[in-house]
Amino acid sequence: MYNLPNILISTVFVFFCAFPVFAAGGKTLIPPTDFEAYDTPSDNGKGVSLRWPASPSESIDTEYVVFVSRNIDAPFVTEALRINSQTMYEDNSDFKYHYAEIDPENILRKSSAQNNQIRKKEKYYFKLAITSGSSIVETGKLASALPKSDWFDWKKLNNFVLMISFVALVLFFINHARKSPNLFIRKISGLDAIDEALGRATEMGKPALFVHGLNGMGSISTIAAVNILGKIAFRIAEYDTTLKVANIDPIVMSVSQEVVKESYMEAGRPDAYVEDNIFLAASEQFPYVAAVSGIMVREKPATNFFMGYFYAESLILAETGANTGAIQIAATDSYTQLPFFITTCDYTLIGEELYAASAYLSREPLLLGSLRAQDIGKGILIVALVVGTILTTLGVGFVSYLFMAG
Amino acid sequence: MNFLKRTIPLIIAFVMGVTMALQYYVPHEVSQSLLKVVSRWGITIGGFAVFLGAYSLFHLHLTKIKRKLPGWGYSTFVFLGAGITIVFGLYNGGEFFWQDKQEGTMFEWIYFNVQVPAGATMFSILAFFMASAAYRTFRARTNEATILLIAAIIVMLGRVPIGTMISQYLPIAADWIMSVPNMAAKRGILIGVSIGAIATSLKIIFGIERAYLGGGD
Amino acid sequence: MIERLINLDRRIIFMFVAIAVTVPLLAKFNLPVRTTRDVENIFNKIDSLPENSHVLIAFDYDPASKEELQPMAEALLHHCYQKDVKVIGMTLTPGGTGLAVSAIENIGKQYDKTKGTDFVFLGYKTGVELVMINMGENIYSAFPEDFQGNPTLNLPVLEGIDSLKDFDYVVDLASGSSIEAWIAFGKEKYGFDLGAGCTAVIGPDMYPFLQSEQLNGLMSGLKGAAEYETLIKQESSAVAGMSPQSVVHILVVLFVLFGNTMYFMSKRNR
Repeated sequence: MYNLPNILISTVFVFFCAFPVFAAGGKTLIPPTDFEAYDTPSDNGKGVSLRWPASPSESIDTEYVVFVSRNIDAPFVTEALRINSQTMYEDNSDFKYHYAEIDPENILRKSSAQNNQIRKKEKYYFKLAITSGSSIVETGKLASALPKSDWFDWKKLNNFVLMISFVALVLFFINHARKSPNLFIRKISGLDAIDEALGRATEMGKPALFVHGLNGMGSISTIAAVNILGKIAFRIAEYDTTLKVANIDPIVMSVSQEVVKESYMEAGRPDAYVEDNIFLAASEQFPYVAAVSGIMVREKPATNFFMGYFYAESLILAETGANTGAIQIAATDSYTQLPFFITTCDYTLIGEELYAASAYLSREPLLLGSLRAQDIGKGILIVALVVGTILTTLGVGFVSYLFMAG
Repeated sequence: MNFLKRTIPLIIAFVMGVTMALQYYVPHEVSQSLLKVVSRWGITIGGFAVFLGAYSLFHLHLTKIKRKLPGWGYSTFVFLGAGITIVFGLYNGGEFFWQDKQEGTMFEWIYFNVQVPAGATMFSILAFFMASAAYRTFRARTNEATILLIAAIIVMLGRVPIGTMISQYLPIAADWIMSVPNMAAKRGILIGVSIGAIATSLKIIFGIERAYLGGGD
Repeated sequence: MIERLINLDRRIIFMFVAIAVTVPLLAKFNLPVRTTRDVENIFNKIDSLPENSHVLIAFDYDPASKEELQPMAEALLHHCYQKDVKVIGMTLTPGGTGLAVSAIENIGKQYDKTKGTDFVFLGYKTGVELVMINMGENIYSAFPEDFQGNPTLNLPVLEGIDSLKDFDYVVDLASGSSIEAWIAFGKEKYGFDLGAGCTAVIGPDMYPFLQSEQLNGLMSGLKGAAEYETLIKQESSAVAGMSPQSVVHILVVLFVLFGNTMYFMSKRNR
């Protein structure tokens, strides 16, 4: 069923299409000589790619219009694409070809009355026209494509190969560590100082405060911080000191409660565990800062741990802590906040040392094995960077393509 | 119990970790639907977690008030602040919470006249702390520290309009410091951090790192 | 004496900072603002958009960062409304709703823009990257209703918008980690142009993304907002804030130089 406006539009379109070359204001519109449509590779089965050579009539006031239809015999009334003729050139085609990706089902659904109807996958037909002012000239060729879903995104192949290689490397060294457990790990003073800091808290009869940044449980920094929390809680339970954990995220709080509880149980002190000591201080950044700073000023913890990902609150927390005379140990992979922690804390773990802390404290061979894999991975990247820089400087650019994001 | 608290979570971490890592490489609509479902689960769980947080906050402060612990008076402000805001939020300017959100309500007044200035005050403390931290720590003790000190002064002056008035080259020098030597150092840290993050993710997926489940290793 | 000056009571420093902020604000003098390429890129992108294009502005900041990010939001909105671009607002921070609504609606009124037709504020949704993925699949599923409870499906302002990739430009104004999330889960997955504004503290974090062109432009701190105000020729609170900021920077430099002089004098005495 076609409504009146559609019939009018199609009549006008058919009328104009009857003339292959049309004079507009003294200018002749020459349509592109070719037009192709094909399933967009490596996509979710919705996209169709359109490609056509540039027309000699291209100018600032000339446009390309692509019409789409489900049926080869039906009138082509729905515009799938309308672009200025001097835009959307295909990459590396030297302005000789145009390229566009469209979602025909979405376009047709929006223009149709039954726009929520789910349809079976079908072929779409396309017509290309060049237009200027009121003149429109179509290419002779009709293009069609059936979009298909793909099971692999080939643009990400390099990424996939790198991932598999790194996974293999990590697993190899973990397995290797199982056989020869005495792996060397360099000294990290900030982690060695944990015992000293907790000893001080015990002597002074003051609590230790643990803060794990602003990120949620989905962040690797927070997971690393929670891993360290478990080790600290174990020592705290042994020393019989109070541990306070101020949270900003309720999920992190629940996980921290569980981790601390288990550590106390492992240390044989389940009675010393107080759930209220692992609490939600506030759920937003600066109210959280106010709450934690308040705890520091009122309760004067002997030791403050800042471990995780931090933002603008880092300096306020660490400076307040320094002013109360606490021993402060920070660990963060947030490099903009590192200068603030370095200036105000006694020890600061930089970047990946935060992730290594769990392995360092537990000396678990399997965890140490992954550190070796990290070092090898870093070595490979450094070599790739140096070689890539030299080759690119010499005009050989393939190394950049190997690492290009898909 | 160990099966429920250890084995099941480790299986879930492994299955979901591997699936979602591979999902990144699969553009098929099945994969996209899976991503959509998992993201909705995440949003739903996040929604429920708010109740856990609220419970913890109120329980902690209620205990402080009940036991008259030092500083218990501050805890009353938690209930006072939360109570007033919730009441006005539900009252919704007389239209109550089941109606669409009204404009110009008491709730909005509290937001603009209490929350906004209080938040801005906390943030502004940063400027004071930065000045005192800079005074205490920026000392030309070594050659490296001297270079850092000079770079900091150039960046501080080059980043404000007055820097241009002192010398038109100051902003250019500040931009160069930030985008060349500063960036080079940061990229080094970033690469290390990224490799560390991938390795930690793998340890979690393969159940090698399990301290986050509690109870050490 | 020198030792006392080296360990100067921080409250004295605080007092000097307070004076350095207050006096220029009371004296009211504006300093000329030099614009930078990163801010110009955002300006040029919005300036090049045709009428009725769609710009998504994510107000991902809370009241604490208002002084730096609200002037940015307001300058951006002025520019969008001047260009007759349709503005779609949203936030991933629960405390950001009030500031976002007031900016979108109050500035919209100045240009006789209509809610639902020229602009809409979709409100807050929990989940950060999960919300982005949801919006990338279908914006109406992520936000079935706008902030005021109107169904979004038939809003004229969203005509032609199905998901994130339909936006002509997305700008994230952030006080936290949302810019990285917008890059990883928004731009890289759904391929749209992304610009950002952030607090000065996290500004340097974003430079790698500018060089990799994952961000087309960046406004960093109050200076970024002042540059945007200068570009749209509507100098307001951000430009006014440049004078106290300049004076405080000079003060800190003087303190650092003073501290070092005292340090070397004490070393010589020893």
